[in-house]
Amino acid sequence: MSNGINSDMRAKAIELGLSSAEYDRILSQLGREPNLTELGMFAALWSEHCAYKHSRALFSRFPTDGPHILQGPGENAGIIDIGDGMAVVMKVESHNHPSAVEPYQGAATGIGGILRDIFTMGARPVACLNSLRFGSLADDRTRYLFSGVVSGIAGYGNCVGVPTVGGEIQFDESYTGNPLVNVMCVGLARQEDIITASASGVGNAVMVAGAKTGRDGILGASFASGELNEKSEEKRPAIQVGDPFTEKLLIEATLEVIKEKLLVGIQDMGAAGLTSSACEMAARAETGIEMDLLKVPRREEGITPYEMMLSESQERMLLVPKPGYEEAVAAIYRRWGLDCNIVGSVTADGMLRLYERSQMVAEVPAWSLSTKGAPKYVTESAKPAYLEELNSFDLSTVALPTDYDDCLLKLLASPGIASKEWVYRQYDHMIQNNTVLVPGRADAAVLRVKDTAKGIAFSMDGNGRLCYLDPYTGAAAAVAEAARNVACTGAKPVAVTDGLNYGNPEKSDVYWQFARGVDGIADACRELETPVVGGNVSFYNETNGQPIYPTPIIGMLGIINDISKTCDYAFKEAGHSVILLGETREELGASEYLKVCAGLVAGKVPELDLKTEKRLIRLILELIDRKLIASAHDLSEGGLAVAAAECCIAGGIGAVLQLIQSDSAIGAISDPNAIRPDALLFGESQSRILISAPPEAVPAILETAGRYNISAAAIGTVGGSNLQIAASRVYVDVPVREMEQRWKNSIASCMTAQ
Amino acid sequence: MRFGIVVFPGSNCDDDCRYALEDVLHQETVYIWHNEHELQKIDAIVLPGGFSYGDYLRPGAIARFSPIMEAVRRFAESGGPVIGICNGFQILTESGLLPGALRRNERISFICNDTFLKVRNNNTIFTNTCTPDQVLKIPIAHMDGNYYIDPAGLERLRSYGGIVLSYCGPSGEESLSEYNPNGSVAGIAGIVNEAGNVFGLMPHPERACESILGSEDGNFIFGSIIKALESGSGRWTA
Repeated sequence: MSNGINSDMRAKAIELGLSSAEYDRILSQLGREPNLTELGMFAALWSEHCAYKHSRALFSRFPTDGPHILQGPGENAGIIDIGDGMAVVMKVESHNHPSAVEPYQGAATGIGGILRDIFTMGARPVACLNSLRFGSLADDRTRYLFSGVVSGIAGYGNCVGVPTVGGEIQFDESYTGNPLVNVMCVGLARQEDIITASASGVGNAVMVAGAKTGRDGILGASFASGELNEKSEEKRPAIQVGDPFTEKLLIEATLEVIKEKLLVGIQDMGAAGLTSSACEMAARAETGIEMDLLKVPRREEGITPYEMMLSESQERMLLVPKPGYEEAVAAIYRRWGLDCNIVGSVTADGMLRLYERSQMVAEVPAWSLSTKGAPKYVTESAKPAYLEELNSFDLSTVALPTDYDDCLLKLLASPGIASKEWVYRQYDHMIQNNTVLVPGRADAAVLRVKDTAKGIAFSMDGNGRLCYLDPYTGAAAAVAEAARNVACTGAKPVAVTDGLNYGNPEKSDVYWQFARGVDGIADACRELETPVVGGNVSFYNETNGQPIYPTPIIGMLGIINDISKTCDYAFKEAGHSVILLGETREELGASEYLKVCAGLVAGKVPELDLKTEKRLIRLILELIDRKLIASAHDLSEGGLAVAAAECCIAGGIGAVLQLIQSDSAIGAISDPNAIRPDALLFGESQSRILISAPPEAVPAILETAGRYNISAAAIGTVGGSNLQIAASRVYVDVPVREMEQRWKNSIASCMTAQ
Repeated sequence: MRFGIVVFPGSNCDDDCRYALEDVLHQETVYIWHNEHELQKIDAIVLPGGFSYGDYLRPGAIARFSPIMEAVRRFAESGGPVIGICNGFQILTESGLLPGALRRNERISFICNDTFLKVRNNNTIFTNTCTPDQVLKIPIAHMDGNYYIDPAGLERLRSYGGIVLSYCGPSGEESLSEYNPNGSVAGIAGIVNEAGNVFGLMPHPERACESILGSEDGNFIFGSIIKALESGSGRWTA
């Protein structure tokens, strides 16, 4: 071939997001020039989104195995044994870039994609959760993005009949141009129904089922692998359009063919569509696949091989039926009103070979497109310059507040802390008749598992501000908080799926944040015995060169052996004692209080001792199992005062708390006189839980806490109509009704004030 | 008793209805596929919630043309008990088996929440286990539950006790400004036809069938149908 063609193709490669060196790698792997279709396939599968080029090298740091783990990373989702022959299948996926441009469809197709990752393994999706980040709600475009994303999640999830049972949302200017939409799906399967995504059995048919292929979402994976800028709006055609109605039919038909044991393997078509599904299925089985693209059901004539291979049309599956069952499979899909055609067959030679009738249009080794062939990068990392200055900020220069009531009310109205009812009432969180603890009642969502005595609990957690000020501790704290949250409902934390959201990994400081985050998660998961079973990495979350806060999100699964023993956070009864577990130190750094009341993002982050966290979690599980306590609430943003306020609001009852006692028997607060009162009330020391219990249970609780070597102190009593918190004097005294008003209406009034 | 649960493409509460009737209340159930023309031998029909045909055009607007709906109409006309829940209610109004229409919620968005319902008429085969003015706690989950009927139609409904359930507060408080989640005329949550055998409601009784899920009040509705069928008052002659 002439040099002219070579340089044209090289230019095209760069246009498609590959580097010149990566183009050379393609030349050497193919031993020739790629044609346009082949080049497009490489561009999609070697995108950061598909190939994890900058993150793969660090994955080996995660613990991925444990007694409950049936499948770690490598398949579409992780699988956890929950006993009784049942398994939980779960994964987190991000849809940040599409949601930044087209919030409704961006979020909706995020739900569609993560659902397919779950049911493609033979598990029925039983719950969705989401973790969202936006800029300030004072900003017009942020409100547009926020309401669009929530509507998109609701529009898709409600229609397919999978309850959206929980999640978390934070607002910070750092996400203004680049919101984060991380969605998690959880499926339940009988272990014998689980199926993998490999194309084994040379000569077996390859079929495409579901929606017809159109020209939408072409090269979406590459779009998701670049930074956002003024030109991102032009990438609107790269965003797919979801149809939850088709997805619902696809779920039912697919679960039926899997249950009938008609398949060898099946893979959904997500990012990079037909290219990635074919390549991944073949690469896993070390086989090849050949397909006639003209046999793929299509919406319109004239779709080129390039478009066909790169379309990200939604609601499609690639499957390999058992020989002789092709027609049985097709009949089930057709009964649900869906297309299902044989498009090719499994071959022995490891090649992905594509035809239009007899004419070959592409021929690429499957391994070469897969992560085996894709490049892997490790950026030289460097500690970001801002850290030194922010970490050494002298917090003693921050004046004490004059009005603590006002601080508490401001925190309760801060959208990150305020009630998310405006959001979750738009989600059907009850369908499928399993939701035992609905959103807004407990620290985690709890579902019962029908036909067993068990329950499963889920939480998603992350704190970008903590990670910004300390990427390692912040990431570890996300694991600790997620574990603590599920434990506060009575569930033993057992496994993690993560969503790692960072800026441009080619920048040394962003890469440093990422690597430290991976280490933080790995260390915390190892200590808490919650292996990472899979997840997602989203890089290039930057707007015009400005990265978001590093934001790893942890999705945690917990198992409850006896679903009759769950715990929520509402104070239950006047006269119950309030007990604080864990130690309160003077730790104001990175707090919501500093941000909201002093406009500061600075300081050292609170210390996290993972061994203490583990003992605290074991302690709370024992207290719930022995039915000693009436409520449990993890302390996080806003500290002790906000946690106590939330317990009061949920229970519709007040409490009187006294943080200094005459006999100075305050195990939980090392020396309250030595701690600034604002840190005492609003500081975010890690590893703390606020519980309430009948007074007669207090001695047993304190004794048990002592056995786990966890500080515990009875700090007050439930009752009255106000929340009163005193230390050396009364600092807070606010009617519960007033707190509830501010907390409950904050987001709704931001959204209706447009 | 044997309940036929009609499954349209996009129905998504079919399994929850099956669960409530079969696993909780120990009744027989059978799924009836939307493109069948004949009903199997059944004692009552359930049109479950969901998004039949993707709710394209208007909720229920396409489902009413499903082949099975002709058989449902015949069953209803012969006096057989039919209960339409949420999307099922929408299908019943779209097909003219119940009067009125269900519009987009007043505040536009989807609402999923517990609601409290007052039993306005306990003299129906769907509420005969309830006491007059009993308050039921049953959740709603819908985008288009804003019941509309013109003043003459409302009069007519009232004249024969057609308003069976209306939204209220936890202790039965009546306030259209505070306890009417979707803007329905007269706070209507469920109505019955004049013959008394076709019932539509927006709340989901099948989601309130066990205390672990927060309420068992849905069993008053299903339990009433079972009681009526067992006593013969819900029987009909086809």
